Amino acid sequence: MTINQSGWRPELGEASNDDGGATYTGNKALMLEEPLLFEIGDTRTTGVDFDAPAAGSSRLGGLDRNREIGLAGLTEPQAVRHYTRLSRQNYAIDLGLFPLGSCTMKHNPRLNEKVARMPGFADVHPLQPVDTIQGALAVINELAVWLIELTGMHGVAMTPKAGAHGELCGILCIKAALDARGEDRKVILVPESAHGTNPATAAFAGFSIENIPANGDGRVDLDALKARLGPDVAGVMITNPNTCGLFERDMKAISDAVHAAGGYVYCDGANFNAIVGRVRPGDLGIDAMHINLHKTFSTPHGGGGPGAGPVVLSEALAPYGPLPFTARRKDGHIDLIEEENAGDEHPDSFGRMAAFNGQMGMFTRALAYILSHGADGLRQVAEDAVLNANYVLRRLEGVLDAPFGHSGPCMHEALFSDRGFADGLSTLDLAKGLIDEGFHPMTMYFPLVVHGAMLIEPTETESKAALDQFIGAVRSVAERAKAGDASLKAAPVFAPRRRLDETLAARKPVLVYKEPTQAQPAE
Amino acid sequence: MRYLPLSDTDRREMLAAVGAKSIDDLFVDVPEAARLSGTIEGLPDHASEMAVERHMRALAQKNMVAGDVPFFLGAGAYRHHIPASVDHIIQRGEFLTSYTPYQPEIAQGTLQALFEFQTQVARLYGCEVANASMYDGSTACWEAIAMARRITRRTKTILSGGLHPHYVSTARTMARFTGDVLEAALPDLSADTDFDRIVGAIDGETSAVVVQYPDILGRIDDLSELAARCHEQGALLIAVVTEPVALGAIRSPGEMGADIVVGEGQSIGVGLNFGGPYVGLFATREKYVRQMPGRLAGETVDAQGKRGFVLTLSTREQHIRREKATSNICTNAGLCALAFSVHMTLLGEKGLRQLAAVNHARAVAAAEALTQVPGVSLVNRTFFNEFTLTLPKEARPVVRALAEAGVLGGVSLGRLYPGVAGLENGLVVAVTETVTDEDIGAFAKALAGVLA
Repeated sequence: MTINQSGWRPELGEASNDDGGATYTGNKALMLEEPLLFEIGDTRTTGVDFDAPAAGSSRLGGLDRNREIGLAGLTEPQAVRHYTRLSRQNYAIDLGLFPLGSCTMKHNPRLNEKVARMPGFADVHPLQPVDTIQGALAVINELAVWLIELTGMHGVAMTPKAGAHGELCGILCIKAALDARGEDRKVILVPESAHGTNPATAAFAGFSIENIPANGDGRVDLDALKARLGPDVAGVMITNPNTCGLFERDMKAISDAVHAAGGYVYCDGANFNAIVGRVRPGDLGIDAMHINLHKTFSTPHGGGGPGAGPVVLSEALAPYGPLPFTARRKDGHIDLIEEENAGDEHPDSFGRMAAFNGQMGMFTRALAYILSHGADGLRQVAEDAVLNANYVLRRLEGVLDAPFGHSGPCMHEALFSDRGFADGLSTLDLAKGLIDEGFHPMTMYFPLVVHGAMLIEPTETESKAALDQFIGAVRSVAERAKAGDASLKAAPVFAPRRRLDETLAARKPVLVYKEPTQAQPAE
Repeated sequence: MRYLPLSDTDRREMLAAVGAKSIDDLFVDVPEAARLSGTIEGLPDHASEMAVERHMRALAQKNMVAGDVPFFLGAGAYRHHIPASVDHIIQRGEFLTSYTPYQPEIAQGTLQALFEFQTQVARLYGCEVANASMYDGSTACWEAIAMARRITRRTKTILSGGLHPHYVSTARTMARFTGDVLEAALPDLSADTDFDRIVGAIDGETSAVVVQYPDILGRIDDLSELAARCHEQGALLIAVVTEPVALGAIRSPGEMGADIVVGEGQSIGVGLNFGGPYVGLFATREKYVRQMPGRLAGETVDAQGKRGFVLTLSTREQHIRREKATSNICTNAGLCALAFSVHMTLLGEKGLRQLAAVNHARAVAAAEALTQVPGVSLVNRTFFNEFTLTLPKEARPVVRALAEAGVLGGVSLGRLYPGVAGLENGLVVAVTETVTDEDIGAFAKALAGVLA
């Protein structure tokens, strides 16, 4: 009998909930348990065929592998079943609404997947001669034009590989611009409601961070900000629409004040979906903003990446943007501007942020998405996203406390707090209760400016019927939380797993599989 | 618009329900000056699925497809055969359209797959622990340098001349802003690595040494001595692997004493994709785990004692620790990590070793054939599936001429090291299992023609 560290035996199932006892297998009809790869595969099994190589000399310099690696293999039918069974333990947009604040989880059109897999995009090497990749460079160039036009900015850095990587790009541009002015400003101001990536990024680039408080209606306190500006402030990182779901009315005044004090304005573009086609960040005095292609332009989240985070730049910062980038010539030929030719066209670039040319697979998907919607459709996207969020806000504010419900309409997301919950019941309990109702929970405990925050972003790809069902479910669970229904503490009871012990996971980290030590046979 | 479910009737009803007369009422907080009244000029309106597909196909057809020609490019991105079931699995909606697994009860699929991935990477690299992946190899390399700084509290890092130049540039960019000191060198067109030079440069100020294995020219060298010298001085050895298939044939950096092993996982399951998205691999010793950047899946139990998985040790990460986080990274390369893991599962130990053996044999055959071309010589004494040739003339125009002749014949060192004297005649050639005898023959013939 082999037992792994948690005492789980592959051949012994247990009931996942108490609604009918255990089965022999541990499965419950279509709820299928799946062991670890290393418990069902072994190092002698493979799902691929190779012709034996012709005998030849070895040029490995005597460094040949001389011990087992420990990689378990499966045949193709076993592998397909293993991963298909695993997949069924996941919630996904394809199954239902994903009401996550600050992480626009909209439908992922399958056309985009088809396009990304065209051999002319998928089977092309980044270092091929430039004449053989004109189509790939055209995709980057076309997408760049769209991003510049939609944001009203001066230039765009296409290479950042994710939102946080884009933040880093923007902050490095700010640092390079300050260097060029011969100024060494050390402080970046960040609102309390900022995404954690904002302060982390600024710190990673060597800045110190100071918080800007919010005022009573959930927006940046303009007076407090102005009072803190000075010769040591490099800039602000601000999210607009902000993480309370509100548009920063004073954005232009903030930008003007920061510029007057010699600083720069970075905007976290995570919430661009609320304003795409209706508001251009360039008209608000923003100097740099990353755009999450995996949010606003619907490249799939894939269970946590890969995304892409191109950064649009103002005239003041564009000269410092990273290599490489594309340049379309009058004759239609597109050049790749990299280390060797940057000196002529882009001498102030701060350099390269990653190998090769950015997230091509995301560019093709995002461009297909943008062309499908067009300028009119993107504007409609923002309008429907904002309408859906306001509909959720107004339909729920009677049952959940909406701390900024009085601050005017929300944008793409609605913020609620746990005020009024019975003692002992929390935002976490409501979230886990929603799982049993068949929904992924909303963003919990963020932003930090609200107690027990719940941030709901429905996105524009939800129908009214789907919203009504979701609203009904939230109401039902919220009523239980307010009435002190202790059964919520046990939620979820219908998911593949009950609540998991995160404390144990952190206290005794088990991060890789280790073969169980053979128990001594009892004599 | 085919992706938008709301009808005009829905919109009217919902506007009434929120007490707005028109959609503009919901944008009142946007200052008048910043409101766009209509659609942005010069941008086209929406298009049908068929029309978009046609447009994108026309762009795709302007590229030379690697699979259509004899193909020999590597230098950090490799063309391998990917079993059909890999793409089938990653296109399942439950993987493709799921979110970061912050709600573990309904994300066990992603979490268990990541736990398996971490185990595969740790074993492949010969390390104790691995994270759930980074953006790519080059960014993982910088993160490793930053991690070494946190561990050693020193700021000087020595980079081998054999490290991929894009990885060096990425590190230089960051170091310029963080104040880290990088001592980088250029490669020599020689059969020997620069490990002897590096050993002489390690001192009590050195935080880490970064070497690539196999290196940018394809050379393989034992890391054991270098690791020992680093450890004597309290420095860490960081090994970078851009071709993970190599580790099916040669010893892992971890077992030779590397403290942090990072690299590119693109070869397994991901495909070329013109350079991205790729998947960064990151592994280290267990004692350094709290200094490691990125996400981690860990094993635990649920309220009924059943085994399950969660994201763990997140106090290292930006969403908890904010400006005190180990990194600003807020993602992994989830779907690419899954592709890597599915392909690795199909290979298994046996398949990976076979794949590596085939790659090595193909490369040895290609090196023999290409060095028959007059004036062409082989730089390497050791290599796995990639080696460097010296041509009798500058390699860059040769590569362009080869492309015109329908052969994608490697990466010139002139492209990788523009303007560096002494390297311009170098050509880096990668040969994987996808290369046939006919491809090698066509390459040799075209090369002889271009050089004649």
